[in-house]
Amino acid sequence: MRIVVIGNGMVGYKFCEKLTAKLPAGAADVVVFGEEIHPAYDRVHLSEFFSGKNAADLCLAGTSWYGEKGIALHLGDPVQRIDLVNKTVHSYKGLAVPFDYLVLATGSAAFVPPIPGVEKEGVFLYRTIEDLEMMTAYAPKARRAAVIGGGLLGLEAAKALLDLGIADTHVIEFAPRLMPRQIDEAGSDMLKDRLQQLGLTIHTNKNTVAITGEECINGMQFADHSVLDVDMLVISAGIKPRDELAAHAGLQTGPRGGIVVNDKLQTSHPFVFAIGECALHNDFIYGLVAPGYEMAEVVATNLAGGDKSFTGFDMSTKLKLIGVDVASFGAPFIGPGQGRTLVWQDTIKGVYKRINTTPDGKYLLGGILVGDAAEYNMLLQTVKNKVVLPPDASEVLLGARGGQHSGAGSGVASLPDDALICSCEGITKGAIAGLVQEGCETLDGIKKSCKAGTGCGGCVPMVKDIIEDTLKAQGKLLRKMVCEHFAYSRQELYDLIKMKKLYSYDEVLDELGKGDGCEVCKPLVSSVLASLWNDLVLAKGNDTAQDSNDRFLANIQKGGTYSVVPRIPGGEITPDKLMVIASVAKKYNLYTKITGGQRIDMFGAHVSDLPLIWEELVAAGFESGHAYGKALRTVKSCVGSTWCRFGLHDSVSFAIKVEERYRGLRAPHKFKSAVSGCIRECAEAQSKDFGIIATEKGWNLYVCGNGGSKPQHALLLAADLDSETCIKYIDRFLMFYIKTADPLTRTATWLNKMEGGIDYLRNVVVHDSLGMAEAFEAEMQQLVNNYKCEWKEVVDSPELRKRFNHFVNAPGEKDPQVQFDGMRDQKRAREWK
Amino acid sequence: MSVNSTQQITWFMACTTADVPENGGVCVKYQEDQIALFNFSRRGEWYATQNLCPHRQQMAISRGMIGSQGGEPKVACPFHKKTFSLEDGRCLSGDDTCSLKVYPVKVEGNHVYIGISDDEALSEVLA
Repeated sequence: MRIVVIGNGMVGYKFCEKLTAKLPAGAADVVVFGEEIHPAYDRVHLSEFFSGKNAADLCLAGTSWYGEKGIALHLGDPVQRIDLVNKTVHSYKGLAVPFDYLVLATGSAAFVPPIPGVEKEGVFLYRTIEDLEMMTAYAPKARRAAVIGGGLLGLEAAKALLDLGIADTHVIEFAPRLMPRQIDEAGSDMLKDRLQQLGLTIHTNKNTVAITGEECINGMQFADHSVLDVDMLVISAGIKPRDELAAHAGLQTGPRGGIVVNDKLQTSHPFVFAIGECALHNDFIYGLVAPGYEMAEVVATNLAGGDKSFTGFDMSTKLKLIGVDVASFGAPFIGPGQGRTLVWQDTIKGVYKRINTTPDGKYLLGGILVGDAAEYNMLLQTVKNKVVLPPDASEVLLGARGGQHSGAGSGVASLPDDALICSCEGITKGAIAGLVQEGCETLDGIKKSCKAGTGCGGCVPMVKDIIEDTLKAQGKLLRKMVCEHFAYSRQELYDLIKMKKLYSYDEVLDELGKGDGCEVCKPLVSSVLASLWNDLVLAKGNDTAQDSNDRFLANIQKGGTYSVVPRIPGGEITPDKLMVIASVAKKYNLYTKITGGQRIDMFGAHVSDLPLIWEELVAAGFESGHAYGKALRTVKSCVGSTWCRFGLHDSVSFAIKVEERYRGLRAPHKFKSAVSGCIRECAEAQSKDFGIIATEKGWNLYVCGNGGSKPQHALLLAADLDSETCIKYIDRFLMFYIKTADPLTRTATWLNKMEGGIDYLRNVVVHDSLGMAEAFEAEMQQLVNNYKCEWKEVVDSPELRKRFNHFVNAPGEKDPQVQFDGMRDQKRAREWK
Repeated sequence: MSVNSTQQITWFMACTTADVPENGGVCVKYQEDQIALFNFSRRGEWYATQNLCPHRQQMAISRGMIGSQGGEPKVACPFHKKTFSLEDGRCLSGDDTCSLKVYPVKVEGNHVYIGISDDEALSEVLA
């Protein structure tokens, strides 16, 4: 069997690829004729030619590929004549090749409107690599350029002109708007705005009547009598199917061009097929690559003995035009009575979105996206798979409000296995998932084995999501392993340590890890042990596994000295205690500063002075402030109803109660709290990991806020609580956080990553959806009961005090390298080198 | 240990084994210099390095956490968590510009000795 293919463009190549994959080697003799001298290249990404890609980069397969597949490739040799009677093609170079089947993949040519002057120098088409090379050569001479055609290709050509360095580029569109086939008027207006911001000048309703100049173009004249001086012009006013060869051979063609084909892509001659942009199917020319590929699939399947039909194709498309996303999917335009339309636009950001639903609002019919097409894939799949829309259809456009962002990709899991993910290559979700299960676990691997994502590339984010979802389903997900010593996540370690009742770092390492540990797993395990048992962190065996600050129960500062922060619950302190702090600071020559958390920090303490300083502080009734730990820091408060004329409740007393309950509680990260006595919020509770604000009826509890580098306001978890319930909810909230958060993750980040967001968290904490509330409260009570001031324990233990020396062989002697400078009547650490 | 065997080594008694916490370090005063001494009991090894962090010139290495990376013993500086090999002192955090000087250690009975090679003035390291 000999199959001759005329045309070596994207679709012609795809046909060869599919045919050779379906047929056993040697079953058919395939001969390909191509007009251009390059083997088939990626015309879709032609404009990348100007951003540095060359013909080889765009090439779909080198000539050696055709050799390997046993395909005879004749490039630069267009077929001149088809002899249907003798079933033979005659080429320009004089070859006469008989065929059993003939496949016409002659594609299309640029449509050149009959404008006087189109033959002048400086007028180009935008179609082939040669066109681009000629434009590149001419562009340095041009100062102002124009493109005729404001459709998809025309805008691509305009981008090419910008890329060639012609900043003054105009787009001339005959129709009243840009991209009239894909987007509606409002979308077009938005696109026009965006493109004009990027430096293009757009003219619509402009009919070019003449191209002026002697030999070279120097201007354009329009039907409205206006003129535009240009020295370069690119025509991209649409396509014209290449049907002249077929028409000449006597095959039936359409009145406005195109080779007429049936559902098998057969022409009026049963042994001759036409595929791609040259084929006229149901009076429609498909000017996109994906339907062309589908046609190639149909013909290749049928020639290989299968049975497939082509019954039309979705014309959805997404592209980036000069950096602006434009997408059109399903039915972008619907008439009155056909359904409902929802439009959203942001004229500041230049975003326009439109979706069309069925009259009952249940199903998505199609839509248009301009400026931001991130949701394109999900929306397209929602149309194709008839996924039922949420009651508030705007959620599919804007994401569910008030909770987690549910952008594109998050919904891949809801798609059925037969959902078409890569429409260029016709690859379903099931096929991709299958490959992942067989061990092909990377995007590159998937691209290689089934070609998904290699066409327009629009499905790549979904392919990634499918890979991740499938791996997750296999329990394989790129696990967040702590480090090389533990093949577990923090949450898994927490559960295992609890279950196996392990109490020291070494026990944990022996039972669950390998190697000798490191600066990542040691503090992590120590924190988990502290969260679980609340034993003294400096107990033998655990001391050296503590993070540097926990090991000395103080914050190391520049120069190697430490800072001392006694707890001042709620920020309330007596004058007597203030005097103790003052005398201690004076005695040990410490720099003092009020902290952001309503307490007093004393800096510049030598390590050997720490037990002496704390001995005095403890004797005066102070406790550790845990400023060094991943633990509760402070519970700030405003003065509240005891003094303030606006205060609703006694915020100071409640803050002290809360601070004393959770003091010393270790967690994946530090956490802070505040209590405000009224809605004026002087304690800034909404910027805390948990914040409490007095209401007329009780307390509002806010959670998961923080200041720091990425400030985030806390969200309301529950309203109008009595004090007891408020504490209960905080118990549950904190235990849930301690158990499930990744290491060094503040509550805000923890919530941001939580599926279901604040609603889910509220279900767990308030509605006890996990059935864990009682256990959380009991565990918290256990930790509260186990609390001891760790500095008091050190002060009381000669053995532990020994560790607070700079020199092991010269106890009490201070580090001579520590140096201070004076500043504003106090001292500061000497600047390090 | 990266000490040339032809060099003359002076051993000085730093402390007793009980003075150094298991899997932790202490700082030893030697004349006017400071040496970090580590009791890596998990590996049954002792190591010694300069106490000065080469990154910010802080006397802090002895307060760092020790551990291993691919089987190689290391210490992490408590200031910025740069890690250094305890075997040859090179930086394991990708900073080729700094490293630690290392010293041989020997334990006799319950006494720990650190070896100083005579031709090397420690103060050079600190200069």
